[in-house]
Amino acid sequence: MSYERPKLVKTFVDINYMLKEAPRKQHFITGAQAMAEAVKRANVDMAIAYPITPQSEVMHLVADAFHQGHVKEYYRAEEELGTMSAIAGASRAGVRLFTATSGPGLLRGLEAIVSWSGHRVPAVLGILTRVVNAPLSIQPDNIEMAYMMHCGAVMLHAENQQDTFDMTLAAFAIAEKVDVYIPVAVATEGFFVTHAKGYVNMTSDELALTPFDAIAAPVPAMDNETPPARIQRDAPVQKSNFMSYLIHAVWQQEIWDCNKRAMKYVYEYLGGPIEVQNPEADVFVVASGCAAAQAREAHRTSRELGLSVGLIKVRAIRPFPVDEIRATVKNAKALIVPEHNIIGWLAQEVKAAIPNGGIVVGGPRVYGGMTLPVELIMKEIHTALGLEFNLKL
Amino acid sequence: MEARKRYNIRISGLGGQGVVTTAHILGSTMDNAGKYASLVPFFGSEKRMAPVEAYVRASSEPIYEVGEVVYPDIIMIYHSQVITHGKSYTMPFYTGLKPDSLIIINTDRNVLEEDDIQVLKDLNAKVVQFDATDLAVKVAGTELATNMAMMGMLLGLTELVTTENIEKAVKERFLGTSFISSGGTAALDSAIEKKFKKKEELLQKNMDVINKTFEMANSVDLSGSELIVQLAPNL
Repeated sequence: MSYERPKLVKTFVDINYMLKEAPRKQHFITGAQAMAEAVKRANVDMAIAYPITPQSEVMHLVADAFHQGHVKEYYRAEEELGTMSAIAGASRAGVRLFTATSGPGLLRGLEAIVSWSGHRVPAVLGILTRVVNAPLSIQPDNIEMAYMMHCGAVMLHAENQQDTFDMTLAAFAIAEKVDVYIPVAVATEGFFVTHAKGYVNMTSDELALTPFDAIAAPVPAMDNETPPARIQRDAPVQKSNFMSYLIHAVWQQEIWDCNKRAMKYVYEYLGGPIEVQNPEADVFVVASGCAAAQAREAHRTSRELGLSVGLIKVRAIRPFPVDEIRATVKNAKALIVPEHNIIGWLAQEVKAAIPNGGIVVGGPRVYGGMTLPVELIMKEIHTALGLEFNLKL
Repeated sequence: MEARKRYNIRISGLGGQGVVTTAHILGSTMDNAGKYASLVPFFGSEKRMAPVEAYVRASSEPIYEVGEVVYPDIIMIYHSQVITHGKSYTMPFYTGLKPDSLIIINTDRNVLEEDDIQVLKDLNAKVVQFDATDLAVKVAGTELATNMAMMGMLLGLTELVTTENIEKAVKERFLGTSFISSGGTAALDSAIEKKFKKKEELLQKNMDVINKTFEMANSVDLSGSELIVQLAPNL
């Protein structure tokens, strides 16, 4: 059965025009739609995925986009290890790639994903969060992000549907920079963002990012007419111990330097790795992803009550904004870090970023995917300020 | 209760009573009034008589937070079994209720136990009990309009929007073609439509129910000291 996909004629624009200048129209759409709409405008050469709730909504819509002619190639892989390995293989042809997964799918694909940075695969990976531990559940706990934090990939965390759209577009541009050229993950909470509708200002889908430039890439595309006998020449495993140590060590250093160099593009395209409200505050709520939406609500409520409370929304988890956070909170008395996971990976990062980690209140935390009530954040704010807060359950 | 900038509303009922539909219409009503609302998708079993909970946030300013309403300002109970048989995802049904808040229960008699009454008195809550199903049957000729009676009472008591805002939202819901809250609900809608024969007639009946509850809400004085206000349909 063959289907003639329409050949779309699009106007190619650079990322700065797409994100900052192109006219936008407001739509009321789900986070899954927002991610797929960004993919439509990103001139993606190939999307590969294996379905898992809640990611399946995104990749279903990307498959629709393929059918409509927005994406050049698309296929459903066998499972996630196959998906993520295929992404690495496809990137050797010098093309723009997108995939997405959730919780257990991310962990199944992780062996391949963590090798992307070292293989210099500039793919964009959507992470639509979902619990990973037994017992089986599909709810939006974001613990899987902790497993992603040490593989060299750039990681962005979207607060809402609008962030999901903008960050996904920016991710392609950041990944493909010659001085970055590593994968970029865009995470957001399953269901809370993926399946709920919010207002998103979107550019026209007649615009598309300029095509992937394989000539400009720091890693040459493979000539598939005459494929090399060995893809990886001079692998450390074939060398002496000492050469092996050296090659692997410099390689890792280079990947993490790439990760650091991504920061200037996080500034250029997304306005920086953190958003700060009320910088003079005594107490800050520091949050990322949809916990930042709850924190924003708590911040507004606190200001209405006349409390000295600020908000730090963390947009970039990797590279982590160590200097930015340290500078912002140098006079703060307490930092409250609400999270959607039990280990508190963001609280750990914030503690490690500042000289006085004792001011970090690790929580409130909810896990198993449950709602993070604003009232729990308000309780911590009151406690930090030495005030009573009567929270009845 | 005094007027608030924000109402976080939890609606508990049984499958088939139009709990989720009410949430959607409430959202559109706020939108029509130039205000803000957000709904929380509910992932449970969609079947008749199964417990259903829906959550709506309604506000005069943008809403950032997401997720189920754990600490509601208003609780709506569509069926007394939510309380008497414990058919609710949130037990007891008033869990998390904020002080000075409002509860609306569809019942023809008091369904609160002594223990519940004490807790709710301590919270300085107001409980409005009325027979929404009976009202729906008498005014619209079908108990399927129970949700309209409950929504009308809520909006009548809180004065969040005008009846014009509501009418537009109800029109969108029943005359529009773009809305499907779920496959099961869509099928139910067509059953309702057959019952009423004409959509316009359906709309009018729904609005009659809402107007009646607005009248009833106007006659209610919530400033008194008593916890429970029991309304008679008085038809």
